[in-house]
Amino acid sequence: MSETRTGGIKPKHQRLVLLVIALVALIGAGLLAAYALSNQASYFYVPNDLMKDPPEQGRAIRLGGMVEKGSLKTRADGITIDFLVGDGKASVPVRFTGITPDLFVEGSGVVAEGRMDGQTFVADNLLAKHDENYVPRQMGDMTEAQAKAVVAETK
Amino acid sequence: MHAFANPARFLRLARWLMPLLLVSGLVLSMGAVLYGLLVVPPDRLMGETVRILFIHVPAAWLGMAGWSTIAIASLVELVWRHPLAAIAARAAAVPGAAFTAICLATGSIWARPTWGTWWVWDGRLTSFLILLFLYFGYIALSGAAQRDMASGGGGNRITAIFGLVGAINIPIINRSVVWWNSLHQPPSITAGKSAIDGTFLWPLLIAAVGFSLIFGGVVLARMRTLLAEIQTEARLRRKALG
Repeated sequence: MSETRTGGIKPKHQRLVLLVIALVALIGAGLLAAYALSNQASYFYVPNDLMKDPPEQGRAIRLGGMVEKGSLKTRADGITIDFLVGDGKASVPVRFTGITPDLFVEGSGVVAEGRMDGQTFVADNLLAKHDENYVPRQMGDMTEAQAKAVVAETK
Repeated sequence: MHAFANPARFLRLARWLMPLLLVSGLVLSMGAVLYGLLVVPPDRLMGETVRILFIHVPAAWLGMAGWSTIAIASLVELVWRHPLAAIAARAAAVPGAAFTAICLATGSIWARPTWGTWWVWDGRLTSFLILLFLYFGYIALSGAAQRDMASGGGGNRITAIFGLVGAINIPIINRSVVWWNSLHQPPSITAGKSAIDGTFLWPLLIAAVGFSLIFGGVVLARMRTLLAEIQTEARLRRKALG
């Protein structure tokens, strides 16, 4: 490698500067793309999105939020359940027929795949959403602060 | 840094460092994984499936650390033309891809009982799958580059550029659960805070250190192999020409 000086700058430094400029441009482009994707790349709507900007009836969408405490009811047929999915601002009634995942309980996070039918969200499939808290079983129920963190996290 | 530019000096160092890293890494990671499998109590919600955490999370960190190594080594290769940088970048690709694949497989096994599905196309899972494909592309390209370099081409530079450009995926993986609603949980460990109870956190951190040492050992082993390959090739070429 020749260390001839081109305009007083060492080739090593020239390469470094060029690369840094290229990297800054690349990262900028990546961040802009990610920012533009911010809505399309979301895996689900939260109830507040559905209230503000209702999607067309019958279109396949996903709804995510917390199963509201005390809202879970099983119908007479034994396999159809009704519950409310809330995000702390709004809540949407959901109907589902089938087997629920193990982690599906009142107060837990859920992502429902299905469509709007009137004011009710009819789910074909339920996915349980686990939060970032890892607590041994012996510690029993969540503390108030943890429950708040769970609600904040699904927003 | 240029003290190690001499491959002979590097090889002397790698010869004793490599087995040291591999053995200590195996002891630490096996200990932590067995402790996680047998001793740690079940999680409040996930139950026994929490035990997969001790493989999944270190594998995810190392999958990303592998590409970060490639990116840093590529930068050193492009700017300072350090003779070992291209070899270090190439050596990190296979273990990085292996850890990425382990992370995807264990995550999928964990997701089936926890979420109720093997796979979803959310931001975190999709960007991590892209990381695996980037590794495949990088391994293929660097293999071609080595043959190209042997015949006097500039293949290493193209590989290094690919390694740098691919690094844009790393912050996307890291931020995917924050920017977009995703089924994958947000980060549990952020800047000095942890939402993981100490019972799980300590074996997890020890497993992460252990897996990192194994990663370092494998990288050194791969570098020795690649250096030997290049030497052999050059010797054969000289013989054929001479």
